[in-house]
Amino acid sequence: MKILRIEVANRHGQEEHRITAAAYRLGIDSLRSCSRTNLYFLTSLSSQLPGPAHIEKLCAFLLVDPVTDSARVVSHPPTPRVSGAVQPQAETTNYVIEVALRQGVTDVAARVLERGAAELGIDHLVAATATQYRLTGELSQDDLHRLAQDLLCNDTIERYSLGAIEPLFGHSSVARDHVEQIPLTGLTEEELLDCSRNRLLSLDAEEMREIQSFYDEIGRHPTDVELETLAQTWSEHCVHKTFKADIAFTRRSAGGEAISFDEIQGLLRNYIQAATQKVNRPWVRSAFVDDAGIIEFDDQFDLAFKVETHNHPSALEPFGGANTGIGGVVRDIIAVSARPIACTDVLCFGPQDLPSRELPSGLLHPARVKEGVVAGIGDYGNKLGLPTVNGAVIYDSGYLGNPLVFCGAVGLLPKGSHPTQPQQGDRIVVLGGRTGRDGIHGATFSSAELTQDTHSESGSAVQIGDPITEKGLIELVEAARDKRLYNAITDCGAGGLSSAVGEMGEALGVDIELQDVPLKYPGLTPWEIWLSEAQERMVLAVPPAHLPQLQELADLWEVEIRDLGRFSGDGWLRVHYDGRAVAELPMSFLHDGLPIPQRTAHYREPEPDLPTLQTVLENVHSQPEPRDLLVRMLSHPTIASKERIVRTYDHEVRGGTLVRPFVGPHMDGPSDAAVLKPIGTWDHHRAFALSAGINPLLGKRDSYAMAVSAVDEAFRNAVSVGADPDQIAILDNFCWGNPTFPDRLGALVRACQGCYDAAVTYNTPFISGKDSLYNEFEGQPIPGTLLISALGIVPDMRRTCTSNLKQSGNHIFIVGETCEELGGSLFSQLLQWDGGDPPTMPAEPLMRYRAVHAAMQAGLVRSCHDLSEGGLAVALAEMCLGGRLGAAVDIGAANESHLTHPYVPLFSESNGRLLLEVTPADRATFEDIMSDIPLALIGTVTDSQMISVAIDRQPIFDLSLDEILSAWKGAETA
Amino acid sequence: MAMNLPVLILHATGTNRDAEAARACELAGASPQIVHINQLRRGVRRFSEFGMLVLPGGFSYGDALGAGVRQALDLQVFFHEELTHFIATGKPVLGICNGFQTLVKAGLLPGYADDGESPSAIQQSVSRRDVTLTHNARNCFECRWVHLAVEQGTRAGCLAQLVEPVFCPVAHGEGNFQVSSRDTLERLEKDGLVAFRYVDSDGVPAAGRYPLNPNGSVADIAGICNRAGNVIGLMPHPEDHVDPIQNPLGGSEGLGLSLFRAMIGIASD
Repeated sequence: MKILRIEVANRHGQEEHRITAAAYRLGIDSLRSCSRTNLYFLTSLSSQLPGPAHIEKLCAFLLVDPVTDSARVVSHPPTPRVSGAVQPQAETTNYVIEVALRQGVTDVAARVLERGAAELGIDHLVAATATQYRLTGELSQDDLHRLAQDLLCNDTIERYSLGAIEPLFGHSSVARDHVEQIPLTGLTEEELLDCSRNRLLSLDAEEMREIQSFYDEIGRHPTDVELETLAQTWSEHCVHKTFKADIAFTRRSAGGEAISFDEIQGLLRNYIQAATQKVNRPWVRSAFVDDAGIIEFDDQFDLAFKVETHNHPSALEPFGGANTGIGGVVRDIIAVSARPIACTDVLCFGPQDLPSRELPSGLLHPARVKEGVVAGIGDYGNKLGLPTVNGAVIYDSGYLGNPLVFCGAVGLLPKGSHPTQPQQGDRIVVLGGRTGRDGIHGATFSSAELTQDTHSESGSAVQIGDPITEKGLIELVEAARDKRLYNAITDCGAGGLSSAVGEMGEALGVDIELQDVPLKYPGLTPWEIWLSEAQERMVLAVPPAHLPQLQELADLWEVEIRDLGRFSGDGWLRVHYDGRAVAELPMSFLHDGLPIPQRTAHYREPEPDLPTLQTVLENVHSQPEPRDLLVRMLSHPTIASKERIVRTYDHEVRGGTLVRPFVGPHMDGPSDAAVLKPIGTWDHHRAFALSAGINPLLGKRDSYAMAVSAVDEAFRNAVSVGADPDQIAILDNFCWGNPTFPDRLGALVRACQGCYDAAVTYNTPFISGKDSLYNEFEGQPIPGTLLISALGIVPDMRRTCTSNLKQSGNHIFIVGETCEELGGSLFSQLLQWDGGDPPTMPAEPLMRYRAVHAAMQAGLVRSCHDLSEGGLAVALAEMCLGGRLGAAVDIGAANESHLTHPYVPLFSESNGRLLLEVTPADRATFEDIMSDIPLALIGTVTDSQMISVAIDRQPIFDLSLDEILSAWKGAETA
Repeated sequence: MAMNLPVLILHATGTNRDAEAARACELAGASPQIVHINQLRRGVRRFSEFGMLVLPGGFSYGDALGAGVRQALDLQVFFHEELTHFIATGKPVLGICNGFQTLVKAGLLPGYADDGESPSAIQQSVSRRDVTLTHNARNCFECRWVHLAVEQGTRAGCLAQLVEPVFCPVAHGEGNFQVSSRDTLERLEKDGLVAFRYVDSDGVPAAGRYPLNPNGSVADIAGICNRAGNVIGLMPHPEDHVDPIQNPLGGSEGLGLSLFRAMIGIASD
């Protein structure tokens, strides 16, 4: 095969400083420079390679920018062919590393090039792309391999070569229709488990036995298609076994005595859904039934909200994992017939400054994980045209082996526009991307722990996304919805077609032909087609009469659609390949055959004799100055500005972002939550708020307190920007370790109990949730982490509030009681103190939030900021820096008499607290509205460019705005 | 009457700020319609039905071969004559962000160097192109609000009615305006082909200072126009500031809506 190779580089040899800097961090300090060249490989399906005129055309129109680029066309392989070193010179040494995608990973640029060539009249062109890195420096072969492996190439999706790389043009393998029979009869428990392990099924002994006896009863062996289908459908990821399990829960005192014993019949039913039923809010449209939770927005529209995690894939391929995380959650929104309108993301990473020698084998460095995840989120969200408006980034050594990536999406749908009942005879239509071997076993893989070998074993479970194909799905489904062309819709997520079609056809049964599935390349066996988790696909139930209209829309929006079969009505799942049955299962066994898992959970109360604040302070050499502590907190990576991350996300697209991630005259102060106004609803003043609550530090101390605090934080953040506390819905996302260990599960039970108690107290429904378990690396679990996301209605977008101080001379009030609650606080982390009482549920929180909201609606609140990590001190500093104004406060006013040490009012993280700015003229009216609420006037906004803190008129410290700014903005790493 | 001016909002696969562009046109008194490029290719809709063309922001075809490159190819291959005619009749064309990148890469901005071009010479003119929009100096996508001043003496005469700097967001990774030589820059300036430059809130030139000039563009150039002044392209998004409530600093100044009013104005004259 003749191949042409076109090398396109920036004429001025643009330096990749990022790579030289990262190499230095890796300990390779001899890399002097690095520049990139884009490589395009061309060949032809006909025997004729494109001639010079065609190549000139391709370069002029598609490949080479005449202002910035230079290009060179060579025949492949280029000569001289050397491995590693090219043109060795006397003084400097030059090397080349070339990186290309692995076979089966979609090369989007190559596909665009092929289509563009066709438009230029160059037919039959086949393309592939690669990237060349030119390196200079005294580098050994070992250095080059390390640079390639640790920086330039991710083995999961890419391959590299020192010197010229061989391009791969699509797949050469032939179609395989092989279906295996897997005998289970007579296998022992150990042999059954071996079978589960070897095929990556993640089924336990009891589940394998259930399958064994089913096939013994019907008298035949399962096919690989059937076994894989059962494993997917019964996976933790798809059915949430742990949240549905019967749990024997024992709570013990610190001394080990049993305090209570409970039989819990499902965490989901018993706590999460129970709270939703108990609060019974009339504006909830759908909770825990559809792919996303839905609440009422206005007379015409509803809002859908869903948050997913994509932790395991992001650990292996950070860009692709986060990329497809956004893609997946956006499809959940499309799957409730809504138009996606916004994204959120919350990220938890290991320490960025970890020395590379301390990095356990088999892991990517946390800095590389962060860089890839952030780029992956931006790439997908930006290209879909969705504003990424709310989030958080948390750094903790507990996330070294398992980073967490929470991706959220919001959608808008006209009331009554989401059909959910497929009809007998409806066609099963798949839309969107083609099916490849990508993402096989994603569902079962995410239900297993990571080990240092996972990287090589589970490569196929990780994918990179194609946001432009997904964009087509958004447009096509919206158009099809408005013409009412389908009776049901779902997305192809974990488990691929097997889950999507299996769930949709649960009541009716389905008949499907796998040979009709559009493939990226030949060579997939039937079970691979059925299980593939290739991205950007949806499934619709379409009445046959509507197919032509759907096809017409699909052609317009350039989305591929294919009719795969029908909803049969006989209650069976029948899968065919080329007319031959490859799976025949009753839907009843698939969906109801899974035995209810039995689990044991233990929870032990914290030790009562943990050191108190007093003993800790007596034992430290010199007590840290409150001022120094505040500076350290502001520069702590979890608190410090995330501007360099957030500005790589488009938060303005769709023109409806009213409260942004950064606020104030310099647009750099932190925001509590986002407020959005959807396009198409500008005829009234309603908008909505998105916020989050998360505190894993507290979770290490007490998971019940973490849950209560996360609900309060999400809630108060939404209230801070103007949401009505009586119209806030929440979502839960649990990320936990292996729940088959009773201690991990015990902490999870306590977190669920906290969720229930808080939701009922705040009168807020859970409308959706998701769990990601088995987040362990080599037996080490992550800190149990609960994210609460809130969606609140903002009744009047003209009455929103931001956190930056507005005007010197105004009063500063604190709402809520400050208690000595330093357990699990940032303060205790800095002092390396594991004692202290964790924050509790505030008294009647809803009353105070209603009062604050009433004051905002009356236009009396000039600024508002919630108190979270770092307490009052951090919140006040953030309000000052956002507004470039000073403040003089006396925290004696907020200080209950028993709070002896100034650390407590400054740094306690008690829930239910907000700082409010009110003008002197509005003070009386404001205090009147707040009359029954714990409230204290603590100080004044000043134009002194300084925070001055006193207790009972005794000055404690001053801190200038410059110092605050450099601590808060300076700490962020690029 | 401006009320009836039909505006074509061009949607190619991957376009995403079309709905906001449509809203801006509507608020400015026109009747926008979002039309898919495939409808134009099939002849179901035609450019000639419209009095103004907007190429909105987004990532056409994923920008997989560089921002706007594939969409520019579509314009050249399928619509060259129609578009040339549209522009020659003086109808306004506005390219925002990805639309601007597309117009530049298709050779429509700042326009073919002299008047002697013929349709058959497209390819030549494409490779003769001496301005471009390339990767931001900081080499990443960036979203932030910027101030834009209308260039004194620009050939886009309709912009003279914009009395104050426009305040609106940028959101792009490839908005760094560059030229092939100092001569090119001098010619652009001398010929009045610069339309907008990045400035601070008082209208003082950014002079390359980040983040006032967010992407490293040469001479702070944020937008340019053609010789006739009816084709205008810019990187920032005036369509995202059409209502004072969108202003992150409060106040009612700097509405991007004024740009839409001005351009719809020339079409309606």
